[in-house]
Amino acid sequence: MTTQLIFEHSKRGRRGYRLPALDVPEATELPSSLMRDEIADEVEVSEVDVIRHFTRLSKLNVSIDAGLYPLGSCTMKHNPRLNEEIARTPGFALSHPLQPDHQVQGNLALLWHIERTLMEIFGMPRVTLQPVAGAHGELTGILMVHKALAKSGNARKYILIPDSAHGTNPASAAFAGYEIRELKSNSRGTVDVDTLAAAVTEDVAALMITVPNTLGVFESDIKKFAGILHDKGAYLYCDGANLNSFVGIARPGDMGIDVIHSNLHKTFSTPHGGGGPGAGPVGVSEKLVPFLPTPTVEQREDGTYYLDHGHPDSIGRVRAFNGNFNVLVRALTYMRSMGPDGLRRIAQIAVLNANYIRAKLRGSYHLPYDAPSLHEVVFSDKLQTPKDVHTLDIAKRLMDYGFHPPTIYFPLIVAGALMIEPTESEPKEELDAFCDAMIAIAKECEERPELVRSAPHTTPVRRLDEARAARQPVLRWKR
Amino acid sequence: MSLPDPLTDQHRYISNASQDVGEMLEVIGIDDIDRLFETIPADVKLTELLNIPGPWSEIESRRWFRALAAKNLTAVDHVSFLGGGAYLHYQPACIDQLLLRAEFLTSYTPYQPEVSQGTLQSIFEYQTHQCLLTGLDVANASLYDGSTGLCEAVLLAERVVRKRTKVVIAKSVHPQYTETVRTYVQNLGYEIVEVGWTNDGRIDTEALRAACTNDVFAVAVQSPNFLGVIEDYDAIAQIADAAGAVKIAVIAEATSLGILTPPGAHGFDIAVGEGQAWGVPTQYGGPFVGFMVVKDALKRHMPGRLVGETVDVDGKRAYVLTLATREQHIRRGKATSNICTNEALIALAANMYLSLMGKEGLREVGQQCLSKAAYLRSELQKIGSVILPFSGPVYNEFVVRTPFPAAEILADLEHHKILGGIPLGQFYEGHDDEFLVAVTELHTRENLDQFVAALTAAISRERR
Repeated sequence: MTTQLIFEHSKRGRRGYRLPALDVPEATELPSSLMRDEIADEVEVSEVDVIRHFTRLSKLNVSIDAGLYPLGSCTMKHNPRLNEEIARTPGFALSHPLQPDHQVQGNLALLWHIERTLMEIFGMPRVTLQPVAGAHGELTGILMVHKALAKSGNARKYILIPDSAHGTNPASAAFAGYEIRELKSNSRGTVDVDTLAAAVTEDVAALMITVPNTLGVFESDIKKFAGILHDKGAYLYCDGANLNSFVGIARPGDMGIDVIHSNLHKTFSTPHGGGGPGAGPVGVSEKLVPFLPTPTVEQREDGTYYLDHGHPDSIGRVRAFNGNFNVLVRALTYMRSMGPDGLRRIAQIAVLNANYIRAKLRGSYHLPYDAPSLHEVVFSDKLQTPKDVHTLDIAKRLMDYGFHPPTIYFPLIVAGALMIEPTESEPKEELDAFCDAMIAIAKECEERPELVRSAPHTTPVRRLDEARAARQPVLRWKR
Repeated sequence: MSLPDPLTDQHRYISNASQDVGEMLEVIGIDDIDRLFETIPADVKLTELLNIPGPWSEIESRRWFRALAAKNLTAVDHVSFLGGGAYLHYQPACIDQLLLRAEFLTSYTPYQPEVSQGTLQSIFEYQTHQCLLTGLDVANASLYDGSTGLCEAVLLAERVVRKRTKVVIAKSVHPQYTETVRTYVQNLGYEIVEVGWTNDGRIDTEALRAACTNDVFAVAVQSPNFLGVIEDYDAIAQIADAAGAVKIAVIAEATSLGILTPPGAHGFDIAVGEGQAWGVPTQYGGPFVGFMVVKDALKRHMPGRLVGETVDVDGKRAYVLTLATREQHIRRGKATSNICTNEALIALAANMYLSLMGKEGLREVGQQCLSKAAYLRSELQKIGSVILPFSGPVYNEFVVRTPFPAAEILADLEHHKILGGIPLGQFYEGHDDEFLVAVTELHTRENLDQFVAALTAAISRERR
């Protein structure tokens, strides 16, 4: 199925809308120098054209609603439709971000409740809801660390980041004004207490660490890490991308963590929408509370709520308005649907599902790190490379079996990584079907490697010439 | 509360029940789920359930959330004239229906192009719309919103110019955008210089000229600006060029691009702004969508994702994420930005909106906004004590001054089911008697007349 661009559907004179006739005199006083000409090449299509076009486009995507989408570290779980319905409640959807507090008591109450819920989940005294994505939360968190240290006399120079970290960690730390020092992981894929102790000098502002890490392995020494850092006046930042694996089981605040961001589009079920929107609330320990972004949401004694702009040590606001409010609405809906037992159950079944896959596939694929893992499992292509079949090929072949591939070539500490995260949503039958496909592919790698190397064979398009896209970039349609 | 047996209360969003769990534990070779969590030290494990409400049925959730929503006073049953960077425009019915298609809603970032062509092609189309609307060459796949978009534009400019330390931002850029920039750059050693406005509400070009010293790497203006006034792009470009600064145009009201000359036509290097007006409601400020469009020469400095056209092995046209060496997952600490998750679904809504409205509709929306605002202005000017303090040209938003505190006037309008505007005093000192009024194609003449009558009455009540 080839799909034309919407611009190629355009035909002079077609129309996809109707506005009420103008009921006031047409304005003519704007100088013509300020008025643009017709927007050459903009689209002229009917509503039918638009609906057909986007419906056909949608059919070229796979989605979590259609089946397992095991992207490691992305937590592609079921997106409940109640969340969508609640977010569309007109009283939320039509509220305006610059309304005075007394007009938006419902919204402020909602923000207050989701903050309280996250405070309990994190085990931390306050949470900012302003960041709209994980990386945005990282920047916010590190800016707070910087400000706190600067206030006590020395902002310091370095952020320590393990070599297994997401790329956003070093990027966020750099934009917050720090240099990065990479920590080497040990043979279990985790950070050694001694390695850390040697690295934490007086110049180090914080350790930024993902818990459990990108291999799915919990950093069992996390409390010792906190002790080492705190002894030197440094902070412990936790990338909460993998919170899904321990929500309701343990709390970051109880581990000595000073800052954590949580991707609500991961652990708390808000849809990824092909790349966003997300939300990245950040929880902080007591000593970082004064530095939270403004405004914060507070409750008065009479039960009413207000936005408090008066925090003199705040890092400032990290975005206009009030964060991705309607993502927060979805996440709170989910938290209430699950309740305390449900949130704990998420972690339990997510970890069970991942370990089931690990048990079923470990004969067929190489497991580079044998340490017990939680919500995800990382294999490599080591057993397949002798046949000149690589991770990319295996990923592409999975598409022919109807599955979205896992995250590939990440974490960087595993050559040819296949990082699989099934989440708690998946029923056993789906996991079995996925494992059967993976095992069948491993067999194909032995017997018919060319079939795997040339995959996918059944998708709307086959392998793309990515080098050409980068060498001669065509980034827009032109007539 | 002690920890209950996890297998007694089955949950609707989790498929596996006790029989499945038993079978799976057997394959793993253990007898208890808890054994999977042994790497988490016992002394940090919870011994009680979290103290949070739930689990709730859909019925209970609807009850609670709808009751909260009902506590808000909104455009649901008020006539709203609120703007200031978030606007209620016409939303074609089919946009939300299409957004709910699972293949768009519940897919991830299109890292695997063979099974993500729907998302990728849509982003390519979105990028094309952005280029056409702004008159610039290369658009990215989206940023968080207008405010963080401006931050990214400032950071981009500094990468291009290098070794300069000042950025000039008009005081009439959305104050929360400038505040956000201050937060972003606080440790990067840049100085933000603000330049005010003159009586017409346009940037003070003399002050701008004075501010544009040879250590300025960028000049950022918003048009229409936060006061609603359309800036003179050419005059600003000339001054910025003389200093060798990157010219950044901020657009907080996206529909203005349907009718006003775009920044690209005036030699601006970067257009950045808020695309919320293209198809999504104001929803208390998010999710919105930041757009960024730059001159071709800047494309390798661009933050965020870019989709490019290529072919597959059969020669079939296809789309793919490209120029990824700019990005954090490759370049890590040296990336052009830390952004990963963006606002793809809202960008998709924008693509749908721009396609449906099309060439004619974008102009007509612009013309209606312009005309209705002009009508309201002329009616307001008939009220003796109302002053429209800025004489510069406007699109759909403008400042109103009365002899009384804006908060009092607006409280009075609220009693008449009118959300009359945004008090300016919270943003600019000494402007407590002014508020910002926005008009869109959704307003009827009757709404506008109602506003005039209510304001007239409010002023006379204040007099008494």
